[in-house]
Amino acid sequence: MRWFLHKLAMMFGAEPRRPSDTEETDAAREMKAFKKTKEQVEKRKALIQDEHDHPVVSHKWRNLRWLSIIVINAMFVVSFAWDVQLVEGSLTASRFLGFHMADPNAALQVTLAFKDLMLNLVIGTVTVLLLWWIVGGRAFCAWACPYHLLAEWAEAIHLWLNSKGWVKDHPFHRGLRVVLWVIFMVLAFVTGYTVFEYINPVGILSRALIYGPTVALVWVIFLLGVEIFFSRRFWCRYVCPIGLTYGITGAVAPVQVKYDLSKCLHEGECRKVCLVPHVLEITKMGYASDTEEFIGPDCTRCGLCVDVCPQEALSFTMRGLDKIL
Amino acid sequence: MTDTPDKAAKPRKRLTRRELERRRVLLRSIGAGFVAVTAGLVGLYPVVRRVFDRLRPPGALDEQKFLASCIKCGQCVQVCPVQAIRLGDGDEGYGLGVPYIDARAQACDFSCDAVQCVLACPTGALSHGIATKEEVTMGLARLARPDACLAMRGEGFKGTARGPDFAGLLRYEEIDRWEPQPIASYEYDLEICDLCVRECPIENAISLEPVSDAAGETRFRPVVHDACVGCGTCEMICPAEPAAIVVDTELALARGA
Repeated sequence: MRWFLHKLAMMFGAEPRRPSDTEETDAAREMKAFKKTKEQVEKRKALIQDEHDHPVVSHKWRNLRWLSIIVINAMFVVSFAWDVQLVEGSLTASRFLGFHMADPNAALQVTLAFKDLMLNLVIGTVTVLLLWWIVGGRAFCAWACPYHLLAEWAEAIHLWLNSKGWVKDHPFHRGLRVVLWVIFMVLAFVTGYTVFEYINPVGILSRALIYGPTVALVWVIFLLGVEIFFSRRFWCRYVCPIGLTYGITGAVAPVQVKYDLSKCLHEGECRKVCLVPHVLEITKMGYASDTEEFIGPDCTRCGLCVDVCPQEALSFTMRGLDKIL
Repeated sequence: MTDTPDKAAKPRKRLTRRELERRRVLLRSIGAGFVAVTAGLVGLYPVVRRVFDRLRPPGALDEQKFLASCIKCGQCVQVCPVQAIRLGDGDEGYGLGVPYIDARAQACDFSCDAVQCVLACPTGALSHGIATKEEVTMGLARLARPDACLAMRGEGFKGTARGPDFAGLLRYEEIDRWEPQPIASYEYDLEICDLCVRECPIENAISLEPVSDAAGETRFRPVVHDACVGCGTCEMICPAEPAAIVVDTELALARGA
């Protein structure tokens, strides 16, 4: 439980750390000791060499995810463009086949600004929270958010420039996101206006896709510029309050990425591709608390680590369901 | 800095570098937070100062409440049969993603009959308190340029109201009850121009009243009555350029009062 609270705290900006003696299970302690035996170290080296000799590249989850983002956003676009009324509205609020849907973050701000509960909004928010809770809260980020897709491409450019030594990644404190979340909620309440929506690239992009390009897209381009030239995944990692709202939602979600200590060779490939690498600190030698555990609640379930892990130490799982099957 | 023994200097220096990096990250984060909040406030400023003056869609709550409750989804845009509703852009200053109506370009002519935008609104920013077009209060029409008014000048009107290139739509019931027609496709031939009265979708909102001008000749003046809801159809159809009759928003009316 304390270990889970630590993972929760990491989402709010806490630094990753090793598990304490009481947080570490005996099985994990045993396995870590076993992995450090000379024979096992040799075996691991051989395996890593084999990986380098026969690299396997998979983009299964990434491709599925990109398809999901494109299909979800295309449904909005097509609904309006061809008047098929599949999902009316945009990502901030919509009707899916007539059922209300609302972005929990936008809905919370509107409620604070308006200081009144609106039934339709409550229904829409609860529906959306429930849907995204099942697949893991921040799964919204990786599987639906149009900005996420653009940011992934910006990230690729950033990494390429970085490999050439032309740009450097400037990290920020992850607590910034929490502070901004609070500030924007307070601002909504005090000013009676959803201040955050002015700089919300998700809303701007979603509306631009559906209703046509706007001047506001300049802000989105600026953010992508920051991510390419200054700080890797700046918005999603350090700023986006929507990500935090969904992260809180999915803290104890059914769909999780499971880490298997016994299979892990501790190469750190997963941490290199991850949007929120602090959730994968447990894959460092000595950092896991148990032989099998779920990575942190900040995880977007993007599956990049699942794709990249050569030993299948990371996998998608349904909480509880894997034991039944 | 002070009386640190030399022995401890080395490890302390290493620690300092780490601390420096941490401080840099922290300062950078504070800077970024400042920029993000400031950028948000840039969007708030014109809204608070009310530098905008736009017609809001039918059923909109009073401006302040409307801005608070609008979730900027654009569902009202999607249901409007004449696409009168547009969303404010980031540089326009009346709320990014907040709907408004530019009546001169495309007025709300109530082609939908039952205020569809109100039904579509998920937050009640367009209040569900109204159910008919007669209950709408968007603003009030006003003959702003009586000298330009064709009726006031005693002139008739022949041709299409706003020229062949005008993209606006209007419901002409005698042509099609359900499909709004391009105004550019409808030819008028009027002895005295009464387009604003003729096309007004609200009963008893506007009428032509005889007045005598300076020379003692009888002319007709469009007079706006209390029933006017401020939909802007008169402003859209007015063939004078710029329109002789315009709609004052509720905000402008409150300012004027």
